[in-house]
Amino acid sequence: MLEVKEISVAYGVIEALKGISFTVREGEIVALIGANGAGKTTTLRTVSGLLRPRKGQIFYQGQEITRLSPHQIVAMGLTHVPEGRRVFARMTVMENLEMGAYTCRSRAEFKANLERVFQRFPRLAERKNQLAGTLSGGEQQMLAIGRALMSRPRMLLLDEPSMGLAPLLVREVFSIIKEINEAGTTILLVEQNARMALSIAHRAYVLQTGEIILEGPAAELMERPEVRKAYLGE
Amino acid sequence: MLIQQFINGLTLGATYALIALGYTMVYGIIQLINFAHGDIYMIGAFIGVAVAGLVSNNFFLTLGAAMIGCVALGVTIERVAYRPLRRSSRLNLLITTIGVSIFLETFMVLLKGPQATGFPPILKTTTWRLGGLELSSIQLIILLVSLVLMAGLQLIVKYTKIGKAMRAASEDYDTASLMGININRVISFTFAIGSALAAAGGVLVGIYFNSVSPYMGVMAGLKAFVAAVLGGIGNIPGAMIGGLLLGLFEVFGVAAGFSTYKDAIAFALLIVILLVRPTGLLGRPIQRKV
Repeated sequence: MLEVKEISVAYGVIEALKGISFTVREGEIVALIGANGAGKTTTLRTVSGLLRPRKGQIFYQGQEITRLSPHQIVAMGLTHVPEGRRVFARMTVMENLEMGAYTCRSRAEFKANLERVFQRFPRLAERKNQLAGTLSGGEQQMLAIGRALMSRPRMLLLDEPSMGLAPLLVREVFSIIKEINEAGTTILLVEQNARMALSIAHRAYVLQTGEIILEGPAAELMERPEVRKAYLGE
Repeated sequence: MLIQQFINGLTLGATYALIALGYTMVYGIIQLINFAHGDIYMIGAFIGVAVAGLVSNNFFLTLGAAMIGCVALGVTIERVAYRPLRRSSRLNLLITTIGVSIFLETFMVLLKGPQATGFPPILKTTTWRLGGLELSSIQLIILLVSLVLMAGLQLIVKYTKIGKAMRAASEDYDTASLMGININRVISFTFAIGSALAAAGGVLVGIYFNSVSPYMGVMAGLKAFVAAVLGGIGNIPGAMIGGLLLGLFEVFGVAAGFSTYKDAIAFALLIVILLVRPTGLLGRPIQRKV
């Protein structure tokens, strides 16, 4: 579904990604794990069109998207939930969801999407007229995911959904991610919380200073001593 | 006397507010002070002068034509001069806006000469007197037109899809684009609205002072910029309030005997705001990411 071929990305002279390649197949959850500064967020930002790679190509559903703008990529059904939630704090929950549905063509489609999101996140329905900035961290994360689902994506890019959340909430967020995947959405998940990420992912890639150093089924990676030592804190 | 000055101040302030809105909306989205904005106001006034005769001095047609003309101009300027520089340093863009400003002024000097011209008589002036109060029909129209335009702007920004996209983009540019919002379209729309309001201001001021000149946008633009900063740059209601307050300050300053320093009042005010409350009246404290 998503194929990334040898992309290199640089900020000025600093090379953040040194020609990485990976694929995500339809229906999978693929985790991209690694330490701070490994290039995980850069990878997602490049796939969603916020950054342009120096080299390499990105294909989504067989079509090249390397040089497309973010809004064109969203319209193709590939939606990115950015790091740190990034809800529109001075807009209401409802307005945030409307922004998520920006590519929606019809009123009926919008209503159906809204219903689905409210079903998954009843808390958002309760708070729809509240300013997003007044929500708790967990609720904001729900809003960020709900907002992305409003575009009815076929594939989601999730950047650190566990960031800054209490352990109980992390668990909840991850079980929601799993549900979304089971309902048919392919997921590329970037996480520092490697244990949680590997526990729900089918496959994973380990990123280190801009290069992929390991890849394989998530369960297998979890057993690798180098992964346990470097990322699972053992 | 006091009420009279209040009316005069509001009238003047309303025109500052119309111009200030363009500064603040553009700043809200791309953090750019568009110094050519005052010249769009000037061009709007000139379009008004040129069109008035063609539409047998119909006020609303003249106003509409100036607004439409300036929408085209504003959008074109953004497209041709600013967009190619969007990813370059902020300073380059700022200097470009000054360049565009000089271009527009010089262009009008070439076309019409540097001297001021009068505005065709497209509004009959009636003056109502009540006790010691005087209200001219022109003042009333300036107030009403400004009010309607500002209310319209609020409705657009609050309730329409593109208006909400503007707010989203002004909060978080990248995330807005991840929602599927075409940021370029939002920016064009912002320039369009800002230019239309400035054009309306130009026509109204042209009629009010019966004078239109290629350099009229310099001082008006700077003052409107002060108004935008006073209200909190990037904040739409702030620009409205800032404009009105500035108008009142000026008129009361003159009434208090400082007429020699009329233009200095705005800049004294700017210095005071920047010292006391740099984010402006309605501005939010600057948030820094950790």
